[in-house]
Formats: sequence, structure tokens, C-alpha cells
Amino acid sequence: MTVSVTLTVNGKAASASVDPRMLLVHLLRDQLQLTGTHVGCDTAQCGACTIHLNGRAVKACSMLAVQANGANVTTIEGLTGKGDKMHPMQEAFRDCHGLQCGFCTPGMVMSACQLLADNPKPTEAEIRAGLEGNICRCTGYHNIVKAVQQAAAQA
Amino acid sequence: MYAFEYQNPSTAAAAIGSAKGDARFLAGGQSLVQAMKLRLSQTGTLVDLSGIAELKGISVAGSNVIIGAMTRHSEVARSAEVKQAIPALADLAGGIGDQMVRNQGTLGGSIANADPAACYPAAILGLGATIKASVGQKERAITGDSFFTGLFETTLAPGELITSVEFPVPDCAAYVKFKQPASRFALVGVFVAKFGSTVRVAVTGAKSSVFRATDIEAALSKSFTPEAAAAVKVSANGMNGDMHGSAEYRAAMVSVMAGRAVARALG
Amino acid sequence: MTDMSMSPMNQMGKPILRREDQRFLTGNGQYTDDIHLQRETAGVFLRSPHAHARIKSIKLEAAQKSPGVIAIFTGQDLADAKVNGLPCGWLINNKDGTPMKEPAHPCLAQGKVRHVGDQVALIVAETQWQARDAAELIEVDYEVLTAVVDTAGANSATTLVHDDVPGNLCYDWGHGDKAATEAAFAKAAHVTKLSFVNNRLIPNAMEPRAAIASYTKHDDSYTLHVANQNPHVERLLMCAFVLGLPESKVRVIAPDVGGGFGSKIFLYAEDVALVWASKRVGRPIKWTAERSESFLTDAHGRDHVSTAEMAMDANGKFLALRVSTTANMGAYLSTFASAVPTILYATLLAGQYATPAIYVEVKAVFTNTAPVDAYRGAGRPEATYLVERIVEQCAREMKIDPVEIRRRNFIKTFPYATPVGLTYDVGDYDATLTKVLKLADVAGYPARKAASAKNGKLRGLGYSCYIEACGIAPSNIAGALGARAGLFEAGEVRVHPTGTVTIFTGSHSHGQGHETTFAQVVASKLGIPIENVEIVHGDTGRVLFGMGTYGSRSLAVGGTAIVKAVDKVIAKGKKIAAHLLEAADTDIVFENGEFKVAGTDKKVPFAQVSLTAYVPHNYPLDKLEPGLNENAFYDPANFTFPAGSYVCEVEVDPATGVTEVCAFSAVDDFGNIVNPMIVEGQVHGGIAQGLGQALLESCIYDKETGQLLTGSYMDYAMPRADDLPSFKVDNCVTPCSHNPLGVKGCGEAGAIGAPPALINAITDALGVRDLEMPATRERVWRAAQARA
Repeated sequence: MTVSVTLTVNGKAASASVDPRMLLVHLLRDQLQLTGTHVGCDTAQCGACTIHLNGRAVKACSMLAVQANGANVTTIEGLTGKGDKMHPMQEAFRDCHGLQCGFCTPGMVMSACQLLADNPKPTEAEIRAGLEGNICRCTGYHNIVKAVQQAAAQA
Repeated sequence: MYAFEYQNPSTAAAAIGSAKGDARFLAGGQSLVQAMKLRLSQTGTLVDLSGIAELKGISVAGSNVIIGAMTRHSEVARSAEVKQAIPALADLAGGIGDQMVRNQGTLGGSIANADPAACYPAAILGLGATIKASVGQKERAITGDSFFTGLFETTLAPGELITSVEFPVPDCAAYVKFKQPASRFALVGVFVAKFGSTVRVAVTGAKSSVFRATDIEAALSKSFTPEAAAAVKVSANGMNGDMHGSAEYRAAMVSVMAGRAVARALG
Repeated sequence: MTDMSMSPMNQMGKPILRREDQRFLTGNGQYTDDIHLQRETAGVFLRSPHAHARIKSIKLEAAQKSPGVIAIFTGQDLADAKVNGLPCGWLINNKDGTPMKEPAHPCLAQGKVRHVGDQVALIVAETQWQARDAAELIEVDYEVLTAVVDTAGANSATTLVHDDVPGNLCYDWGHGDKAATEAAFAKAAHVTKLSFVNNRLIPNAMEPRAAIASYTKHDDSYTLHVANQNPHVERLLMCAFVLGLPESKVRVIAPDVGGGFGSKIFLYAEDVALVWASKRVGRPIKWTAERSESFLTDAHGRDHVSTAEMAMDANGKFLALRVSTTANMGAYLSTFASAVPTILYATLLAGQYATPAIYVEVKAVFTNTAPVDAYRGAGRPEATYLVERIVEQCAREMKIDPVEIRRRNFIKTFPYATPVGLTYDVGDYDATLTKVLKLADVAGYPARKAASAKNGKLRGLGYSCYIEACGIAPSNIAGALGARAGLFEAGEVRVHPTGTVTIFTGSHSHGQGHETTFAQVVASKLGIPIENVEIVHGDTGRVLFGMGTYGSRSLAVGGTAIVKAVDKVIAKGKKIAAHLLEAADTDIVFENGEFKVAGTDKKVPFAQVSLTAYVPHNYPLDKLEPGLNENAFYDPANFTFPAGSYVCEVEVDPATGVTEVCAFSAVDDFGNIVNPMIVEGQVHGGIAQGLGQALLESCIYDKETGQLLTGSYMDYAMPRADDLPSFKVDNCVTPCSHNPLGVKGCGEAGAIGAPPALINAITDALGVRDLEMPATRERVWRAAQARA
């Protein structure tokens, strides 16, 4: 008993036949080999699985693959431009040492992009509040905040 | 997750028609998908509501703001109409969960789930909203005061679908959320609204279900000031107590947050 | 050591951006769960729902018939196959000289389950859903027993976690000079006494544990991909103690690992069960922990109950410290559990102070909770918390300024032998304290406190001056203290013919940035571009050996091993150069990537020497082997001793108990610094974990049932971005005296120093003696109410 799903992932058409209980994150990771989107918890709080669905940040562990039927999905892999040119947010994370083990990073970057889309010139407090859905255990957030500030300043 | 059959109807009528037996409606899925993932919830049929256009949208009609059940929290938070008419409601929606949750979670899903620590139930009671719901061919209007019946329980019948919610526009209102530090749900959330000489105060997070703090309402009806609210000593009877806050602490925070909500409502 | 300071290739001390970031930022990291092996199966563990129960029977029939099931294994299968239990890597002897109790630690439960989450069966199926469905069909008949949960009460509990461990007592250990300590107390002008709970924590690396075990029939070998900090130790323990396999038949690969903080040091039961089962199944088995499983089964941290007393003279000079601690080991001894509240704790109780006499007693107890082992800091945060809290309280009781009482008691001459067995080689504690006072603008504090008071808020200031011991060593002394493993590190330098270099290191990197820092060191030493240096770690099939990454040792120990191997390369290169330049070996110097005849302009670049080594046509083959590949094992002569001074400033809202960390300032002395950007990042992360312990995090078990009440992020409060301020970080340098880089280690400092700084600040704000960690809003609110 499978359902067919057709969606656009990182600008390319993708389709798969899935069990309805398959989560979107597993479609991305296991069937489309886009393993940059991570699973860090099972209660939808760590944000490591954050992707953009039709331009809005969502948690790919909190929705079924079938719910993304017809949608436009961007993952961390799709944020990188042609010739491996990183997105300004990715660049800012590197410049500011906003990552250590790298596991929360893709979700953090996707979330930070949403934050700036909604609020292009946030204060430090707004950045911190805006990232409450993403847990990082390594950086203490100090350099993540700096990275978002840098990306905002350059935009 | 246990296996289930998936349906994605394009009309509310079709959705209601699909909801047979132990079928569940899937709204934003921010609670239901989690519960299913952890095998805490099981259903034979999952009816996805996301393709039903008639359940989405925000409009203002007279002195009411009408919000479709499948409207996302972020849409409410960013809505110019809601910000204009009931800024407290936009503010509340903008503080639910985190930005990813707000982009997926819906008004209807939140109130149907009736989580005792959710934010929206405080607005339903605090504003005295009316919930429109349908089952079979019947549509009914449920008063906010009668909608929530207990822990994760509402007056909705099996297979009954929330279609929209009407929020009356108050003179002024505010919601203050005191977050549980781990889950970021409300440990105590207080919604205060003033309609002429009537004051409504709704509290979420503190008991098994959202409730109206009538003693604070009485005090605020006499004097709509932060001090009047904060001065009310709320009983700890029936309050939740856990590692994040004893009943006594929650009771004390109800008064404190009510006072802060009044201050915010007064601008 | 070659002087590299003038080289144009010198990368030392520069904030070079991390070379590993490109892959992580673009989604190209490769963590264990990202890897798929051909014909892979899914492994799921059935876990105990009870904290303590006897297994009366296990019925597998229905589960075995469930669709997709390939095999199900239980403890009986492992017992039948003579698979041993997990070993403990450190023997602690009791005060009376007898050895500690080491009860069996089976990889799948045998007879009893001893904590919620204890693994009962391994289900292998085609898909994870099928494995989970089958797990629900396994019928286990449990006789539920009373659970021992409370750390302080475990020793007197009538229930035994292990039938062969009376009083649930793993060991009763003592350290220091008891008589001298008693004598000092007898003549003390004042004694300050405090009792502490060092709250139990769950490490919560963001990547849950994961493993893929596979077996290859053609050479009868196993490969384990595993999220682990030290793959060689994993392999050694698994082969030598548990499975009885030769190391040559087992390859352990730790690919990208999403954080460890200690929790991925250990050999876990799941890893062993999967490796053993992979041969029986004949296909690879993948298991990835759900976060809920991580909460239940990752080794937890801390969990001490202590009483401390400080004896002082009339001027607040410390005369003696007496400490009594009960440490919770959990249900079984995890890999290094026994060493944490002893060797890594008691030896640090001198702190930065010249306290002449110290005596400590430690009882380690078993309980029906998850095993407890090293977590970022491992023993040193517990020691620092105790010392820095009681020092603060001493100041308050003696009415001496907390800065002044610290200065009055600082160790000022080095080397300094403490009464608890360590010899600090260098340090300047006055310097870090002086610098942090300025960084924190302590002079401006009274005005800020007054401003807070105007707003109805309580402001507080707290200090912490920590000492840390990193790079635990040397092996022979550690061995005499009970270590069952070596404490060296290994490095290999493989110079390729064109002059590019691959470094193989036993120091695994899982966030620390070794691929950058180590490359900076090597590029600087060899005078070659950093792009020409590749760092390889985390694979027993490629790296010669390694003890792994823990205890802030990587640069001090692993980095030194690499430096020593590089020195051998340079020494051999000089011989080759001497031949090419027709000079004596002793006349060759190596500078800026060139071998030169001293005092002449005759020279040959590094790449030409390396090419000559591999194309040995013009080469002294009669005297020298071709090739340029060297390795080194480095066993340090002593620990390194990072130290620092922290200042935390808080504002408490008495109406709600909410504590805002307004400012946190840290000045550390890590010796020389290779990459200041990375070091600051390590400090930030450590501080965040330390503040997390003090303000938010707490692992709570139900006292009656032993159920984990904080079993998800819904209840275990992880620090989020909006819980923390930006940090002010600076440093002082006293280079380590006994390693060539002069480095000490920076990974754990923040987690060690931050908790007492925060609690000292909150108790200062509230004017109370003590407040238990974490300083939850309700605890703070109650203290504020009591005050008002």
C-alpha cells in the first residue's frame, strides 16, 4: 500500500512511491540521498531537520512525505549555488565559526534564512528568540548569532 | 509509526465523508505526527486537510475576525487584518512553538488537540470565540466557553471537523506566555481581554484544561490595572504540579502573568 | 623544536577558518546514519520498561513470525556464544586495599534488567518499521522489583541492584592525608561547611548514537561504523575483553560524529551486540538511536552528593579541606565510570589554592538508573563546583571580599605539588583573575546593581577560579592508579613524493576542528602550504593506533605525537638533503620549508627531498632506507593544567524566579594557542553546557519507580539561544612546560568553570547560603519569597 509523491526538490523534479507513514525527512535522506537534513530528536524540538517547504521553514520530521506532494522543497544541499558557491548564510557560518560538529548546522542555517526573510535587520535578542527551535550543543550559540548578524549586515 | 490509509480530500464535505471509524483528521500535524511517530497514537485512516482551500484564510466581518481552521500560526501572526483588529491574537500566534512549528501548525489543529499547555485555547476562552464545526450535513457553532471539556478533550463529536473560528474584537487585550523551559509550551499563559465593562481572563498551562480565572476577572472589572490582577491570590487547588513548577508556583504565576498581561493590554 | 615563528608558512596562532566547514555547511558531512551498506538490515533493541525486574521468561515465537523479521537475539544467545560482558577500564581499590566490585554488564540482559532502557533483545528485520512491529510482539514476563534510585540512599537500601554487591557499594575510597587534615581542623579559627548535589546530566550530543555492523565472509572480518570518539579503544575493548576476536579482524570506523562530550567514548552494549549479530545474520545491521533511546541509554554525567568543610585561620587562609562524596555509577560500570569520581575528581580538590591538607572519601554506588560516566569535564566540574562554592561561602562567612580571599590563598610558585597528588607545572592565577575583573567591568557593578534594584530586580555577581588537569598521564603512573589502558597518543606523517603530507592521528575530531588545528601545526613545522596537509582520523583501518579524544587532550597529546613524527621526518630529510648538498648531516638546518647548509646559500626544498626519498636515484641507499614516512607515540610526562577565572553577572526577577544571565566573562590560560577562533568556540560551548547544568538541565528519575521523568526535550531543558548571553572571552598565556607546543587543552574549561560562577552569582543576588542546581525558576522564586 504505497502512495506516489511528486515534488520539486532543490529545483529538480523528484517522485517516489512511499508508504504513507514515511516522514518527509526519510524520503529526503533515504530515497533521495539528501543526507544533509538530519534527525536529532523524536519530539520535533531540535530543528536539525529544518528545510524550506514552498519557501517557508518547516521540520521535515514533523510531516509525512505525502504531505509534501506537489510542493517545492529546498534542503541545505539546494542552498548552495552553482559551482559549490555557498549561500551568504553558509559563508557567514564559516566566517564566524558558527558550527563545530556540524550536525545541527544544516537545520540551523535553513532556520536562520527564514529568520532573516521575515525580519531582515533583527536585533541580537530577536535572533536569539528566532532560533529557539534549533538546538546546538557545541557552540553556545555565540558564533551562530554572530553569523546571522553578519548575513543580515551583508544582505 | 503504525501503518494507516492516507486520504487527501479537496473539500470539507469530502473530508467529513472520509472520516469514518477511528479516522483522524491531519491538520498541521505538529502534535499528531509526533504522537504517531512515537507510536502513542494509531489510526486506520488519516484524512489530510491541507488541500482544502475553504478551510484557509482570514477575514474581518463587523466586529469579528474569522479565521479558517487550516490557517497556519505564522499566517495569523503576520496578518495585517489580525494585527489591526486583535493585535494580541497575532502576538499569541507569533509565540506558539518556534518559527517552523508556526509555519505548519494550524488554529483548528491546535484547538482540536486541546493540549492543556497550548496557547490558542487561551485566546478562545479569553476572547469568547465561537467555533464553527461540521459533522455529516450538520454545521454548528460552539461557544468558546463550552468547547474544552478536559485534558486533550473537547466537545467535538467523532468525525466532526472544525471549519473556522470567530473571534470578537475586544477594546484591548494581551497574552503573556510564561514558558516551560524545556518544551517551550506555556507553563502558565494568561489572556486578558476587555469588552466594555466586561473583562475575560483565560489561563492555559496551569490546569488539566484551559480555564477562566473568574476571581481575576472580578477584580479587573472593578479596576482594570496590573496591580488589581497581581493582587488576586489564586488558589493552587487543581493546578498542575510537576518538575517545572508546583501547583503553588503555577498559582502564583497566574497572578503575576495576569498583571503583566493587563499592563501590556493597556500599552 | 624548529623555530617556525619567522616562516611565511607559519600558521600558528592564527584564526584560520575551518577546513571541515565546507562539507558540513553544504550537507556533505557523512555521519553514521548517512551511510548505507548493500543488503543492509535494520536493528532495533527491545528495552526494559522497568527500572528493576527479574526476567521470568521471554517468548519470541510471535515476533519471529512477524513480516520481515530476520533474526531475534537475547541475552541467552550471547551467553551461549560465550560473549563476555562489558569491561570497566579503571580499577579502583577500596580504603582497605580490596578491589572495587565489578558486577557483570551483559550486552543483552541476562536474568535481570537493571534500568529503564536496559537492552533485552535485538530484533533484526528488513525495515525499521518491521523490526519495531516485531519488538511489540515479544512477550517478556517480568517480576518487577523495588527500584534503587536515590544516590544518597543507595548504600543503605535493602534492595540490591546486583545480588553480588552488598550495600550497592562499588567502592569506598579515600585519598589524601587524613591525619594532617584532622589536625588542621582541630586548630582552625573558623570552619565553613556546605552540602551539595551535583545534578545528574544527560550529555545530548546532537547526533544520536548510531552503528552499522557488517561481516565479510571472504576474510572472516568485521567492520563497525559507529558514532564514537575513539575507535581504537572501542576495538581494543571489544576484541580483547568481550568478543575474543583478534584486532586484525575488526575495523572500526568513526566517520563524521555529531558531538560527543564524553558520551561517545565508551564501548556500548549495542555496538557489541550488533557486531556479534552481523556474522549470524550475514548482512550489515544498522541501528540509529532515537532521541528517546539516547536519553535512556547514553551514559549520563555527574550525580554526586557531597559535603565539604573548609578549615581556615583567622585571616581566611585555608588550612584544610575535608570532603565526603557519594557518586552514582548507575546500574552498571560504564567504561571509565570508576575513574571519574576518584582520579579525575579528588585530585582536583586543591583548585588554584595552596590548601596544605586535603582529605576526601568517595563512595560509589549502584542504582537502577542508566550508567554514569565521563561527561564534558568528568570529575573536574564536580571538584570545581565544590571548591569554588565553598570558597565563596568562606569569603561570605569571613566577611572577606571573594576576590581577596582567592588571591590570599592562590598558589604562587611553580611547580607546585598539591596534597592530592598532582604537580602543577605552571600558572599565573593572579593574572587571569586581574584580567577578568577588567573584562567583566566589576568596577561598574555597583551602579548596575543599583539600576536593577530600581526596577525591582536583584542583581548578583559570582566568581569562579577553576583548575583543570588534561592529557591524563603518564601511562605508568596511571597504571599504578588502576588504569587498564595506556594514555599516550599516536601519530603518523606520510610524506608523499611531491611533498604533500597525510597525517594520521588517533585523536578523533567531532567538532573540535582537528582537521584545521593539526594542519596548522604541521604546515608551520614543515613550511608548506596548509592545503598540502591532509588530516586522517577515525578509522582503525587507516590510522596506526590511538587512544582517542577525551579530557581536552587532543592537541597536547595527539598534537605532540604528530610533532614528534614530523621531527623524525625532518631528521631523515636532513640526511637526504646532506647527501644532495654534499654536506654533513650536522650542517643541515631546516627553515621555511627548505633544507640548507648552515652559513651558505646552498639549499634544497622540502618537496625535492621528498621526491628523492621516493625516487632514490641519487640517494645514500647504503645508509638510509628510501621513503619518507614516520610515526611517533607520545606518552606525556605529566598532565597539563589549564586554569582560568570566570565572572558571571545575573539579574533575578523575584516575582517569577527568572534568572537572566546578563554577562559572562572568561579569562583562560590554555598555554599557547594554535587557532584562537577555534579555542574561543570551545570556550563558548563549554560555558553554555556549564550554564545549562547550573540553570536548566537536570536528569530526574521517579524516586519510586525509577522511570526517567526527563526523557525527552519536552522535559529536559536544553539551553537554547535565548537562554544565553553573548560571552566575553579572553586569555593569558603561561606555556605548558613539558610538551613542545606549550599547549594545555581547552575543550572542557567552560563546563568546569561556569556552574559555580552562576550559582555564586544567584546566591549573591538572593543573599542565601546555597541553592541547588539547576537554579530553576521555582527554586529561585522560593528563595526570593523567603527573603522578602
